[in-house]
Amino acid sequence: MNWFRWSSLQQFYPAAGKLIPWFASLAVAFMSVGLYQGFFVAPTDFQQGESYRIIFVHVPAAWMSMFLYVIMAGWAAAGLGLNAKPSFMMAQAVAPTGAMFTFLALLTGSFWGKPTWGTWWVWDARLTSELILLFQYLGFILLHGSIDDLRRADRASALLALVGVVNVPVIYFSVQWWNTLHQGASVSVTAAPKMATTMLAAMGLMALGFWMYSLAVTLMRMRCLTLERERHAAWIRGLEES
Amino acid sequence: MKNSPLTAAMWGLLRRDLLLAWRRRSELLTTLFFFVIVAGLFPLGIGPEPATLRTIAPGVVWIAALLSCLLSLHRLFAVDYQDGALEQMLLAPQPLSLLVMSKVCAHWIAAGFPLVLLSPLLGLQFGLTGSTLWVLVCSLLLGTPVLSALGSIGAALTLGIRGSGLLVALLTLPLFVPVLIFGAGAVVSSDAGLGAEAHLSLLGACLVLATVFAPWATAAALRIALE
Repeated sequence: MNWFRWSSLQQFYPAAGKLIPWFASLAVAFMSVGLYQGFFVAPTDFQQGESYRIIFVHVPAAWMSMFLYVIMAGWAAAGLGLNAKPSFMMAQAVAPTGAMFTFLALLTGSFWGKPTWGTWWVWDARLTSELILLFQYLGFILLHGSIDDLRRADRASALLALVGVVNVPVIYFSVQWWNTLHQGASVSVTAAPKMATTMLAAMGLMALGFWMYSLAVTLMRMRCLTLERERHAAWIRGLEES
Repeated sequence: MKNSPLTAAMWGLLRRDLLLAWRRRSELLTTLFFFVIVAGLFPLGIGPEPATLRTIAPGVVWIAALLSCLLSLHRLFAVDYQDGALEQMLLAPQPLSLLVMSKVCAHWIAAGFPLVLLSPLLGLQFGLTGSTLWVLVCSLLLGTPVLSALGSIGAALTLGIRGSGLLVALLTLPLFVPVLIFGAGAVVSSDAGLGAEAHLSLLGACLVLATVFAPWATAAALRIALE
């Protein structure tokens, strides 16, 4: 199968339209099972009580915030390297979802911090670097928005995304590099998990749900961007008539 | 060596930029004055207790340096962009990233180095003494070139855009954060008697990385802006 076929917006647009309902319903399914598992099945933590349950939203959101930035930077790099407009559009389509998950991670983190640490916010290395990640997403969106020439906007914001990718490993390793209040990772690919299997399952389901959500929303935004940017193309006119 | 076209071009550009900066001395003085005023506002706002001032001194001096660097950033390429000199630099046979490095050097000598020279005075006013004062100067000496280098990326990205002055601040301030943390951290740990070597080494690492990668990114941004 020739994957570059989908780099044609004319091919991509209807295919994305068909995929969106699938991803959206999978997102709803995973998230509802995950939330049920997290809030009703998973055992109460013996130290933190019920308040720990916010991690079923917090940890997957934090994962997504970093993961989506890397995806965005990857599309930006592809755009600059291949000089391909759809790649830039993908980067642009991912950015708001990434910013949303970063904000969600910070918000749920502060909900968790209040009962556990006794404060909404500390200037700890991980919290600060996550906040900077939010600013980077916003900077990307703002830079793209303030340049009128679309071609230049695409390229300039792609370069900015690539420069900012330095921050992602810093966030990820911040709990190891600095001795801070935020705890280290409890879930690891290589070591045995330090939590009950039901908790792990709930977290995994939520992460899958967030993935599906991100895919659905990105494709939807991609379709909107296509309509906006290609409005003069003949095939878009054809869509109106059919 | 002196006659190689590349060195000649880099030297020439450095001298030209410094000369232009010298011709517009008032702008340099504005930056310097801003640095002193911002630092001077903190004792007025927070109150003149020496112990408090001593605690906040590293952060205040560093933030003031950061803001005044930001103030002068947008001029880094704007004038050359308007009069067309920048386009000639893009067309020149010499690698653009090295020419950018010359411009960044000139910017640092004109806007960053005076801050370093002035910083012991501010440190004294905030009650820093002896070796801590030296650490402040060293941290600024290592850190302000990083600010100029990273800032040049933001300046190039926002070249000729409406409201570019504010946008530059939004884009570059997140990038400045590590420099601020290590720079102010060096002074704080020196004041606490812990020694500043670790922070200064990290600042040095930032300087090396920024010198290698920033001109390259800036050159790419300039090509995007001018294509």
